[in-house]
Amino acid sequence: MTEITHHLPDWLIRSYATGSLGHAFSLVVAAHVSQCDDCRARLEAEELAGGLVLESLGAVSASDDLRKRVFDGLDSDPPAAFTAAERSGIYPGAVVEAMGGAQPKWRALGGGIRQAILSEDRDGSARLLYIPPGMAVPDHGHNGLELTLVLQGSFSDETGRFGVGDVEVASDDLDHTPIAGMEDVCICLAATDAPLKFKSFLPRLLQPIFRI
Amino acid sequence: MPAPMAAGLASAGKRMDDRKTSAKSPETVCEQTEWLVAVRDRRDKKAFARLYDHFVPRLKGMLMRSGMPGAAAEDVVQDVMLTIWHKAHLYDESRARASAWIYRIARNRQIDVIRRRPRPVPDEMVAEAETRETPEADAVVGLEQEAMQLRQALETLPEAQRDIIERAYVGELTQAEIREATGLALGTIKSRIRLALEKLRHELKDLREE
Ligand SMILES: [Zn+2]
Repeated sequence: MTEITHHLPDWLIRSYATGSLGHAFSLVVAAHVSQCDDCRARLEAEELAGGLVLESLGAVSASDDLRKRVFDGLDSDPPAAFTAAERSGIYPGAVVEAMGGAQPKWRALGGGIRQAILSEDRDGSARLLYIPPGMAVPDHGHNGLELTLVLQGSFSDETGRFGVGDVEVASDDLDHTPIAGMEDVCICLAATDAPLKFKSFLPRLLQPIFRI
Repeated sequence: MPAPMAAGLASAGKRMDDRKTSAKSPETVCEQTEWLVAVRDRRDKKAFARLYDHFVPRLKGMLMRSGMPGAAAEDVVQDVMLTIWHKAHLYDESRARASAWIYRIARNRQIDVIRRRPRPVPDEMVAEAETRETPEADAVVGLEQEAMQLRQALETLPEAQRDIIERAYVGELTQAEIREATGLALGTIKSRIRLALEKLRHELKDLREE
């Protein structure tokens, strides 16, 4: 396991634990926790607190029918929906689930850059990005907050270097130009909490900016 | 819904006071966790019935407070209880108390249902799925001690802060509200959660090294 230096902020882990985080951000949290023991422990600590609150709640009476349904179900086979997708290569199970298969359905954007949109709803969107070494990660005109998790390779910008497992949390006032590292193709999971301004990137942004 | 909430925590406090006389021993593990272990190791239906009686009314209340109608909440509770039964082999008492594990299952299922798609969940650690051995009693007791201190920290907070924490974990706050509160009221339990966290971190490290 490589050294992860950029982690999830507390409020994101807490929002995930309490169920108030939208799908796109939840995907980033699940994918990061899949490869970060620190954040896994932080999530479990949040769930410890959640469990304590659950135990402290007043009781709401449940129907006899519910009891019957549950106890009748004990000797049946578990429903098929109970199995989660498994990790495939660099993709954590949650990403595999969102891709609907073991490999992304890439769409070329020009300049060697590709993307695969994983989800889009009113709470935001999530996509995979494929950036050849030395290329700029395209600006896709997001509003609000953007989370970028590195799954392969690395990128660097004014705020630092992001390797496998690292997550960058960027608000829209952060003016940055991430460049993929030279060691490998950079594959990232990127999520925003606002509708995208553009369905595809502007061509002028696809040119290599630096050749390091 | 501040009134029932405050009542909920107050009665929890009372329950804890009642227990103080009998539960002084440091090697105590909470009984819900013991029931869940009995379900896991012995497929014990009586223990499962106890879990049912303890958690079902609370789960239903929590789901209703986070916005589900009663019938829909019962459907989710049904799935949660059956998941507990069918997935008990994945439960590790050195990493989660019964209530924490059940809390997670409830959230997962609730969100699957609300969004009509599977909630993204972290990959399970390999050790969870395949090589789980009987955890050391120390680890389980240590986690329980951290939990009791966290509970005490929650119960002794000023009412307004306690209220916002309860609302956050019940699921009544939005992402933006949690973000704001994490710097304020929720910050007050941060140090306590951090200690519990050190404990959990240690457990995970042990698992990796096994
Ligand atoms: Zn982390």
